[in-house]
Amino acid sequence: MSILDEVFGPSEDGRKKSLGIVISGSLKEGLEVKLDANTPVEDMKVGRYVVVEGNKLRFFGLITDIGLGALDQRLPANPPDMNDPFVAEVISGTSTYGTLHVAPMITLAKSPTGLVDGPQPVKTVPPHFALVHHAQEEDVARVFGKEDATHYYVGTPLDMETRVCLNLPRLVERSNGIFGKSGTGKTFLTRLLLLGILQKGGAVNLVFDMHNEYGWKGSSEDDREVKGLKQLFPARVAVFTLDEASSRRRGVSTDHVVQIGYDRLEPEDIQALQEPLGLTDRGMDAVHVLAHRLGDRKWLEHFLGLESEDRETLAKDLSIHLETMRALRTSLDRLKRLDFVVPKAREDSVDCLVSYLERGKHVVLEFGRYDNLLAYLLVANVLTRRIHERWVRLKEKANSKSEEPPQLVITIEEAHKFLNPRVGPLTAFGTIAREMRKYNVTLLVVDQRPSGIDEEVLSQIGTRITCLLDNDKDIDSVLMGVSGKSELKSVLAKMESREQALIFGHAVPMPVVIQTRKYGTADSYKDFGYTEPEEAKAQAGKDVRDLYGD
Amino acid sequence: MDKIGEVIEAATGEFLAQSYQLHWAPSLGSLVKTCAPPEAACESDSSIYGVVCYSSTGSVDPGRRPTIRGRDLEEEDDVYKQNPQLSRLLCTSFKVLIVGYQDGQGIRHFLPPRPPRVHAFVYPCSTDEVAGFTQDLDFLNVLLSTSLPIPSEELVAACLRIASEARDDGRVFLVKAGKELAQLLAGDPVRLNAVLRKIRP
Repeated sequence: MSILDEVFGPSEDGRKKSLGIVISGSLKEGLEVKLDANTPVEDMKVGRYVVVEGNKLRFFGLITDIGLGALDQRLPANPPDMNDPFVAEVISGTSTYGTLHVAPMITLAKSPTGLVDGPQPVKTVPPHFALVHHAQEEDVARVFGKEDATHYYVGTPLDMETRVCLNLPRLVERSNGIFGKSGTGKTFLTRLLLLGILQKGGAVNLVFDMHNEYGWKGSSEDDREVKGLKQLFPARVAVFTLDEASSRRRGVSTDHVVQIGYDRLEPEDIQALQEPLGLTDRGMDAVHVLAHRLGDRKWLEHFLGLESEDRETLAKDLSIHLETMRALRTSLDRLKRLDFVVPKAREDSVDCLVSYLERGKHVVLEFGRYDNLLAYLLVANVLTRRIHERWVRLKEKANSKSEEPPQLVITIEEAHKFLNPRVGPLTAFGTIAREMRKYNVTLLVVDQRPSGIDEEVLSQIGTRITCLLDNDKDIDSVLMGVSGKSELKSVLAKMESREQALIFGHAVPMPVVIQTRKYGTADSYKDFGYTEPEEAKAQAGKDVRDLYGD
Repeated sequence: MDKIGEVIEAATGEFLAQSYQLHWAPSLGSLVKTCAPPEAACESDSSIYGVVCYSSTGSVDPGRRPTIRGRDLEEEDDVYKQNPQLSRLLCTSFKVLIVGYQDGQGIRHFLPPRPPRVHAFVYPCSTDEVAGFTQDLDFLNVLLSTSLPIPSEELVAACLRIASEARDDGRVFLVKAGKELAQLLAGDPVRLNAVLRKIRP
């Protein structure tokens, strides 16, 4: 037994049932595999893993297509009598056979250096007629790592029991995306990932929870109630709300009610709201002029307080067209409809939020009834811009690693509204996606229309987790800049509409289709280390008795 | 096992044997062998295995064709009873395709270095021998590629039927053989279908 076998287990082909052999292919196009006669083509599934045993390397690949072949082209024209079971048995796998298209993803050297180097990107192809077999549980475990302090179990590969683990510290280093059509399990996956980051990511979450699904409780697709972050980890999660009444109705214990004072709204914030406020470019110019004249912090309160005559005077004074001024007023009046936007905030929500985050507490911001785009854009943008400034300052001030601000992951839904090519460059999110990695802030982008997101931002996304997508443009956007795009495309299009996701990018060594981890049952909560209150109480009682006697 | 005939013509890939019994030859597709004499002079005297691919009965003297003799007789057998010389003037011979041989190291599934000697005795193979020899299906290629007065599919099918009867797992064997044929006849689906129809259990 070689040293490799001792560590990796025997790799002899006899141990694994061969599926077929490599008959052609290229690095660019992938490998063509002819299935053995005794491998039924119907047992094959797109998205499953196979291992190709080369002479020096072991290749890990993904089945991206399955086909049918015939040795002789005349055979399909003169089909044999397939009603006869004997003839059918003879013909299948010989004259006719199944083919697989395999996209090789990574290699492991069979030599002892492979032990040290670990999985490497594919730079070559296996020789002709190399044996192909299904990846075994231990093969997959070797590639994706075992569940430990940093590896977080997100699901299992198709038809396998092995746990696919994400390297969470690696994941949060960069911005990430969760994509998928509505109803395919984006929220579910996001919740799973947030829990993972909370437990193992060494990062702090800030979640802009537009639909109130993450903080206290949410509902699954089959309308069952599932626990949110705060229910599972009450001590580590704070729920902020914009709409106290709504939170109270839902029985959420909130930590802070967010109010945004007029003094917090600077022209940059208004600029990001140009579309939902219906502001023209001229109106926007007027905002800048006003802010310049009246001060960044005072202009809004002052402007909204003006009577029409004063406004005319001011317009003349600043040489702004009167109509523009009037339209601007109408637009900005819309802000007044948002109850949480007040002339003077009771306390500074931004400071409060930042202090929570700095202390390593995870924050979920619920929007309550304000689940409209204006509120979402406004709040998310204002808060994020302040956090951005603060984190940059802290990071620049830090002399050592320990003084640095904690790694922060900001989760935004409907991301294409923030990160589209028009608004993207103006909002803080665009900046974060592009360069905030250096300042310990990254985004978790949740979206159903990835094609709406600025390409420049998409290209910075480290790990992409995508559920079923069927719009070609969206698929192209998600797969932009990925090698083996066409293969992944066919995998993506054939996924089931629920509980399956394709993960690829920075945090996984190779693309993987997973059956997502169960969440929402009592057992699943236990996996996260949660104990029911009664149980915890009973355990505490027992501990007391053990300690002090009855 | 009793001998059934004697080699009367030998060549590298085939031999012709004459049956000891008139009007009887081993079945088409059956496995026969010639045995090495007890004190073998050289390698060529090893046992040689072959598949019966053709048999015929005719005049011993190629120049003298049999003529009709039973015009006024009731029974066919009466022809022979009334012409006892016929059993000497007619003979049954069978042609055997050599498919392997046995030497000191076991059974080989390829042609022997030399053909059997003329007058070597020909023996039928036991079912065990048939089952053992046909484990390896390399001989199918020999049978398929020979030009015979009969379609080679007939020969292959006959041979496989006999081989399948010689074992308990006949169907499994036929499927395995069928798959081998599918490879060999990859370019000729019509012939393949013909053989498969003839061997299906």
